[in-house]
Amino acid sequence: MDLATFLVQCLNALQYGLLLFLVASGLTLIFGIMGVINLAHGSFYMIGAYMAFALAPFVAQAVGGGFFATLLVGLVLAVALGYVLEWGFFSFLYEREHLQQVLMTYGLILVFEELRSILVGDDVHGVQPPAWLAGSVPLGDLMTYPVYRLFVSAVCIALAAGMYFVLTRTRLGMMIRAGATNREMVQSLGIDIQFLYRVVFAAGVALAVFAGMIAAPISSVYPGMGNQVLIVCFVVVVIGGIGSVRGALFAALLIGLVDTFGKVVFPQAAGVLVYVMMALILLWKPDGLFRAG
Amino acid sequence: MPTPDVLLRGERLTRRWGGLTAVDDVTLELTRGSVHAVIGTNGAGKSTLINLLSGEIPASSGRVALKGQDVTAWPQPARARAGLGRSYQRTTIFPQFTVLENCRLAAQSRRQRPWAWWERADACTLAMPAAQRAAQAAGLGDDLDRPAGLLSHGGRRQLEIAMCLATAPDVLLLDEPLAGMGAEETDRMLDLLASLRAGHAILLVEHDMDAVFRIADRITVMVNGAVIASDVPEAVRANAEVQAAYLGSHA
Amino acid sequence: MSAGAKTGGVALAVAAVALALFPLVAGKFGVDLVTKIMVFAILALSLELLVGQTGLVCFGQAAFFGIGAYTVVLLSPQYEAVSIFWLAPVAVLFATLYALFVGALSLRTRGIYFIMVTLAFAQMAYYVFHDTPLGRGTDGIYLYVKPAVEVAGLTLVDLDKPLTFYYVVLGALALTFAFLAVLLRSRFGRALAGVKANEQRMRAAGYSTYAYKLAAFTLSGAIAGFAGVLFAVKDGFVNPELLAWHLSGSLLVMIILGGLGRLQGAVIGAFAYELLRLIFQHEPLFGAFAKHWQLGLGLTIIAMVALLPEGLAGLPAEIRRRRVGRAPRTADADA
Repeated sequence: MDLATFLVQCLNALQYGLLLFLVASGLTLIFGIMGVINLAHGSFYMIGAYMAFALAPFVAQAVGGGFFATLLVGLVLAVALGYVLEWGFFSFLYEREHLQQVLMTYGLILVFEELRSILVGDDVHGVQPPAWLAGSVPLGDLMTYPVYRLFVSAVCIALAAGMYFVLTRTRLGMMIRAGATNREMVQSLGIDIQFLYRVVFAAGVALAVFAGMIAAPISSVYPGMGNQVLIVCFVVVVIGGIGSVRGALFAALLIGLVDTFGKVVFPQAAGVLVYVMMALILLWKPDGLFRAG
Repeated sequence: MPTPDVLLRGERLTRRWGGLTAVDDVTLELTRGSVHAVIGTNGAGKSTLINLLSGEIPASSGRVALKGQDVTAWPQPARARAGLGRSYQRTTIFPQFTVLENCRLAAQSRRQRPWAWWERADACTLAMPAAQRAAQAAGLGDDLDRPAGLLSHGGRRQLEIAMCLATAPDVLLLDEPLAGMGAEETDRMLDLLASLRAGHAILLVEHDMDAVFRIADRITVMVNGAVIASDVPEAVRANAEVQAAYLGSHA
Repeated sequence: MSAGAKTGGVALAVAAVALALFPLVAGKFGVDLVTKIMVFAILALSLELLVGQTGLVCFGQAAFFGIGAYTVVLLSPQYEAVSIFWLAPVAVLFATLYALFVGALSLRTRGIYFIMVTLAFAQMAYYVFHDTPLGRGTDGIYLYVKPAVEVAGLTLVDLDKPLTFYYVVLGALALTFAFLAVLLRSRFGRALAGVKANEQRMRAAGYSTYAYKLAAFTLSGAIAGFAGVLFAVKDGFVNPELLAWHLSGSLLVMIILGGLGRLQGAVIGAFAYELLRLIFQHEPLFGAFAKHWQLGLGLTIIAMVALLPEGLAGLPAEIRRRRVGRAPRTADADA
């Protein structure tokens, strides 16, 4: 592997890891704060990707189009979806056993997949990146790298930085961190827990949907894409530690690296490597690398 | 050099949680035939001490010896099988099972035979009588077939002790067995403890001072995780430091 | 209590006789369908041992099933039959070993972690058959010659005959059920019930609960592998979807649907699930939506969680409990 290829793979790993982080951070916060295991979280990613594909014509008709206008509309819809779901389906799951949460959210996956199938169909679609991001930058003498992938990485880094700011510098962030560390404590502090739940859930959904939307031009849009991401995100959360956003970032980047370079070095066993890594980390630290907080 | 009748010895036990020291350099000995009470305010580290002795949580430093054998590295189940029984402050019975089944399951730990999948558990000639004896001893002889969850609060506390006895332990670590009990139930429990004294070494964590002074042979007083006094009841009662720190507020 | 056990016994006997007589009235399709359901019932029983009896929510049961099935196909040569008497044990052994590996690691965690880790390890097995040359990809592999059941050159049972195989599977289901029923009354079974009710108390009483849970997990994997063997022989075809998490999810739905905590719940659930699927796939009833049968299934699951947390088999018990009073439940809550 020459230097340029190595660099390309590093950038791919970074971009994949960061996208995973967007999905997994919401997942880990929902686990940590509400104590709910949400299998349907991957569906939000899938919904996002399909929105990027399916909303574009409507947005084009209404405001003259544009990738970013679609992104914005999708985000608004995502927050609304998160709010409604929390209110309608999740609010009564908090006191239930994990098994019931698993079942309910499994049921939601089936519903989401079939609704997607009814509304948009089961075909694989491509989504065009906006024209000014469609080019490539040269990398060394022979290689080029798509600008859009760089853009995705940059947006993810900006979002991660924004999350860091909200979590560490604002009162809301303090409540979220306290909730992820000790749910009972937050309840006893008289913080409006219902409000906190809605915000975190809606934010988590929005992050996953957003990840799906910006990933659409890279990965294409296909049925079942949400479930694939979901299980990898579980690995992220297991490695990073439940409720830890920092852990999720570290674990997501680690998985990005292992998966990307695994495909280059051991193409035959690439799918398995991430899970082998999880097994090793479980042997060493069963509670994940980072404690919640 | 432990004397032969020292059944459990905790030596310089310390447990830290981050910056907080819950149990601070505590040494104590439980001897057969005596009730050793540990008193102290809420958060003094009494329950943590029991958890360290029983192996539920590992000690940050210090050693535990059971019947002269160093068990510091042993996990809780191994210590329990070696004769260390404990009850919980928060009742931890099996509410769906009958009283007898609660005790039988505890007694079964003496003869586990997990591979014998064809043998009926309730036909065990060791666990069944042991369970009945334990329930009888704890005063639950009339409630054997009741679901444990239907017992009164006092009844559940008795069951907690009965399950502990069913494992035939030599050492009993009892975490507030009298909590929430009425006067009559308290009397019955104290009689039970007195009758158990002969064969066992008993550690009693308790808030009820009258009860403690009625039954204890020795009292250890803990404040902020550390022992400030450990002596016979009369001496503890007379100890000025103890009075200032603790007893005064209850007198 | 004994009256309830008696009616339960009678119901079981009636069900067994009904299943034994079923081929007399059913056609080819019915026999094939019920054979499949009974295989899934065995698989659901293996999961019931974990979830319903031990309190371990495993979301990766399909992996052990798939490993059992794949082993049968991979070890069968293309042109001659191999003896089931070594093939089946080897297939079960592989499933058992993987369960031992997954259990040893995943049981170091609990709660939500455990669910996610079992799912992730099942996915790992999925990728082994999906991506590596071993499993030959998404298309799956055919079993050309079914294993032989021979003793000294004499064919005892011809697994190629659907009707014969129906009774083989029925026998396997009855044996599995009986084995688990006896097991649950044994010391081991009672200890698992104790672990489910209160693991902390079991440790305090002297049980090494990790070992018990690992034994249950491994045994469960073995039974799932056994179901996989039956499935491979039945269909003569395996593909990676046998290990997919959709199957693990469906199995959880089955045992909940039938009612958790009772062995018969797993069997009832397997039948109920398949029935639901047939109903939602019924075109005269749902028209164009029959293609989207999982929508109905998903909505049913959601409604079930919301309205009937104890499942179908839990209905009578729920009514009984309400008559007696709800005390055991409240005691559970404040303990």
